[in-house]
Amino acid sequence: MSLDDLRTVYGTLLNFRGELEALGAQMNEPPYGAPPKAPVLYIKPANTWSRNRAAIALPAHVAQIEIGATIAMVMKGPGEVAGYVLMNDLSIPHTSSFRPPVKFKCLDGFLGIGDTLLPAGPEIDPARFRLEVRINGELKQSVDFAQLVRPAAQLLADVNEFMTLGAGDVLMLGIDAGRPLARAGDCIEIGAAGLGTLSNTLVAEAAS
Amino acid sequence: MKHARIVHEGVAQWATERDGQLLFADGNLAAFDAVTWLPPLEPTTQPRTILALGLNYADHAKELAFKAPEEPLVFLKGENSLNGHRQFTRRPDGVKFMHYECELTVVIGREAKKVGRADAYDFVRGYTVANDYAVRDYLENWYRPNLRVKNRDGATPLGPWLVDATDVPNPMALALSTTVNGKLTQSGNTKDMIFDVPFLIEYFSAFMTLRPGDLILTGTPDGVVDCRPGDVVVTEIEGIGALMNTIA
Repeated sequence: MSLDDLRTVYGTLLNFRGELEALGAQMNEPPYGAPPKAPVLYIKPANTWSRNRAAIALPAHVAQIEIGATIAMVMKGPGEVAGYVLMNDLSIPHTSSFRPPVKFKCLDGFLGIGDTLLPAGPEIDPARFRLEVRINGELKQSVDFAQLVRPAAQLLADVNEFMTLGAGDVLMLGIDAGRPLARAGDCIEIGAAGLGTLSNTLVAEAAS
Repeated sequence: MKHARIVHEGVAQWATERDGQLLFADGNLAAFDAVTWLPPLEPTTQPRTILALGLNYADHAKELAFKAPEEPLVFLKGENSLNGHRQFTRRPDGVKFMHYECELTVVIGREAKKVGRADAYDFVRGYTVANDYAVRDYLENWYRPNLRVKNRDGATPLGPWLVDATDVPNPMALALSTTVNGKLTQSGNTKDMIFDVPFLIEYFSAFMTLRPGDLILTGTPDGVVDCRPGDVVVTEIEGIGALMNTIA
């Protein structure tokens, strides 16, 4: 499996304990009414994909964007993980998770994808992954994948209960709370042992 | 012209309609029920973007006890969800309410970025019919409608035809209907869409580039009913086609 042959990229909401803690009692209030039962997923379509080191354009009306640093499983076939890759899932900041976040998350270029595939294997335990987010060299966030609500294998099993992830499909493990904000001109670097560094610079979109 | 993507003699290929049969490039003809139908789409090197509208008909919004949206309610689907004409869609065990949704579907023909509504139709390759099944038992209020409801394997039949845009002079005035086992259960008209096709192309292309082969499923009017295993569901749009699916 090559990172040049990715198919559908799925993101996962509320799979970090920190996200659930941040919402707290809100989860039982309208419009949600209850905490989620099944994995909460969304799609980052191909127009959002940016390579490592690519510049990512911010529309003029977007002053700051939220960095969604994560590690994703890349599938070899149904139920079989080929490996892991860094991702920077950018969003226009928004508070509600009631409706699908298409207009906040599906802008052109809004998904940085690392260029290193860490092959899956018995010695690789996703719960041991740690990543760090730096903006212009300054450490802004550290993420510990031991804090997942559904560990990687459980997440994959629960998603496969209702849809099949095939070769090249991608499933992000989740994005922790405390997501840093960045603005045009900032260089965002996401690094993790074995996964290399994913670096993207934000630029202001040229006036049209 | 009406184009179909067919597996015939083991090979996926295009065919057109000729006098109630399928005509292949080599001149051979085949009966509709003698072949395997695929979604009428050219394969893409990157995954196609599949946008789907919720609550895009005033009457359906009313039926579901929501007020009409002020901006499009849109969700995305993966290609795993697509299925061909005359195929089967599985109803999960133990659920109480699985319904069809007959939807006019736009196939994008040219890269569309910041397109104004006056030019929007220039970016349409053609039209087809989608049946965007939903399993309402699984609705949750997180990114609603959530993927467990709307992104199940093979639960979005598409087809049978890709109809050239030039053959559909006004896509915003097409009768739309669904039958279950031959009984009419849904009827409406695309003129009743809240956000019409030019609006949707302008709206989406303002923030995301649409590419050839991308799809916009434009929502369904009221009249959705529960479907049980064995039910034959035909979703039909005037001039576009009648898409048949059987619940398994």
